[in-house]
Amino acid sequence: MTDHGDSDDVIPGLIETGPYSVWEKVEVYVLGLVLAALLTIAAFYVVHTHLIWGPAIPMALAVLAIAQIGVHLVFFLHITTAPDNTNNVLALAFGVLIVTLIIGGSLWIMGHLDDRLMLMGQVVGQSTR
Amino acid sequence: MSTTDAVVDTRRGVDPYKIGRGGYGGGGRATGHGEGGPASKSVIVGYGFWLFLLSDIVLFSCLFAAHAVQRNATAGGPTGPELFDPSSIALETTALLLSSFTCGMAAVATGVRNQLWTQIFLLITGLFGAAFLVLEARDFTAMIERGASPQVSGYWSSFFAVVGCHGLHVTAGLLWLGTMIAQIYVKGFRPNILRRILCFNLFWHVLDIIWVALFTIVYLIGEGR
Repeated sequence: MTDHGDSDDVIPGLIETGPYSVWEKVEVYVLGLVLAALLTIAAFYVVHTHLIWGPAIPMALAVLAIAQIGVHLVFFLHITTAPDNTNNVLALAFGVLIVTLIIGGSLWIMGHLDDRLMLMGQVVGQSTR
Repeated sequence: MSTTDAVVDTRRGVDPYKIGRGGYGGGGRATGHGEGGPASKSVIVGYGFWLFLLSDIVLFSCLFAAHAVQRNATAGGPTGPELFDPSSIALETTALLLSSFTCGMAAVATGVRNQLWTQIFLLITGLFGAAFLVLEARDFTAMIERGASPQVSGYWSSFFAVVGCHGLHVTAGLLWLGTMIAQIYVKGFRPNILRRILCFNLFWHVLDIIWVALFTIVYLIGEGR
C-alpha cells in the first residue's frame, strides 16, 4: 500500500508491511478477537459476581476495560514498540495524558466541590440534591 | 523495510530509536528523517488521521468526564441501572466487536488486492454496524418512553450526549463505509482509494475502542453500584 520508500515509519492500522502471509495476518485478528471477547465476557460477568468484594468491582471493570483497549490497539490497530512506530506511540501517549488529565481532574475537582456543597447544605439545613 | 541499505541496517542496531544524533544523521535513505526527503503521502495521511482520531478520543473524554461527574445527578427522576437492558447492551457490544473484526478482515483482503472478499467483509461490517444502531435506537426509545428523556436530569443529559455522540460517529462511519464500497467497486485499488480504506479502518477500530470505555463507564460501573 505504501510507496515502499518509508523504511522507518509505519502508520497505525497497517499490517501489510513485513513478511506476513495472509493467514498470519488473519491469525493476528482472530487472536485479537478471542482476547477481546474473553475480556468483554469477564467484564459483563464481574458486574454481578460475588467473587469480588463489592466496592472493588468498579476498579476491576476499569482494569478489564484498559486491558481490552490494549488488545484493540495491539491486534487491530497494530501499534507496536518497534522503532518505526515511535511517532504513533508518542502521539498516543500524549492523547492518553490529556484524557487522564480531563477525566481524572474533573472527577477530583468536582468530587471535592460536591462534598463541600453537601456540607453547606447541611449547615443551612437543606440538601442540595 | 527491505529498501534500506546495509549501512543503515548496521547503524539501526546501534541506535534504533534515533535518540542520539550521531549515528543516523547522514546518508540515511529513510523518508521523513533528514536527507531522505519528505515522508510519502500514505504515511502523512495515515499519521494525520491518527492525530485526528486521538483528538476525537479527547472529545469523548470530555463527555465521559461530564457523565462521570453527574452520575448521581438524577434530580429525583429515573436512574440509569433502573432502565438499562443488560442483554441489549451485550448484543450491541458483540455486534460492534464482530464488525471491528470483519473490518480487519477487509483490510487483509485489501492487502492482497482481492476485490470480492474486501467487498464481502465491508458489507458484513456495515450490517453489524447497522444492527448496532438499530439496537441502540430501540434502547433509546424504550428509555425515553419510561421517562428518561435528556431534559429530565443532568444524568440523562450527559448520558444521551456521550452515547448519542458515539451513535452519531457510527452513523457517519456507515455512510463512509457505503461510499468506500462504491468507490472500490468503481475505481478499484488506486493509491488514493487505498489511503481512504486505511483511514476508514482506523476510524472503525477507534469507534470500538470508545465503545469499550463507554460500556464500562456508562453501563457496567453504574450497574455495579
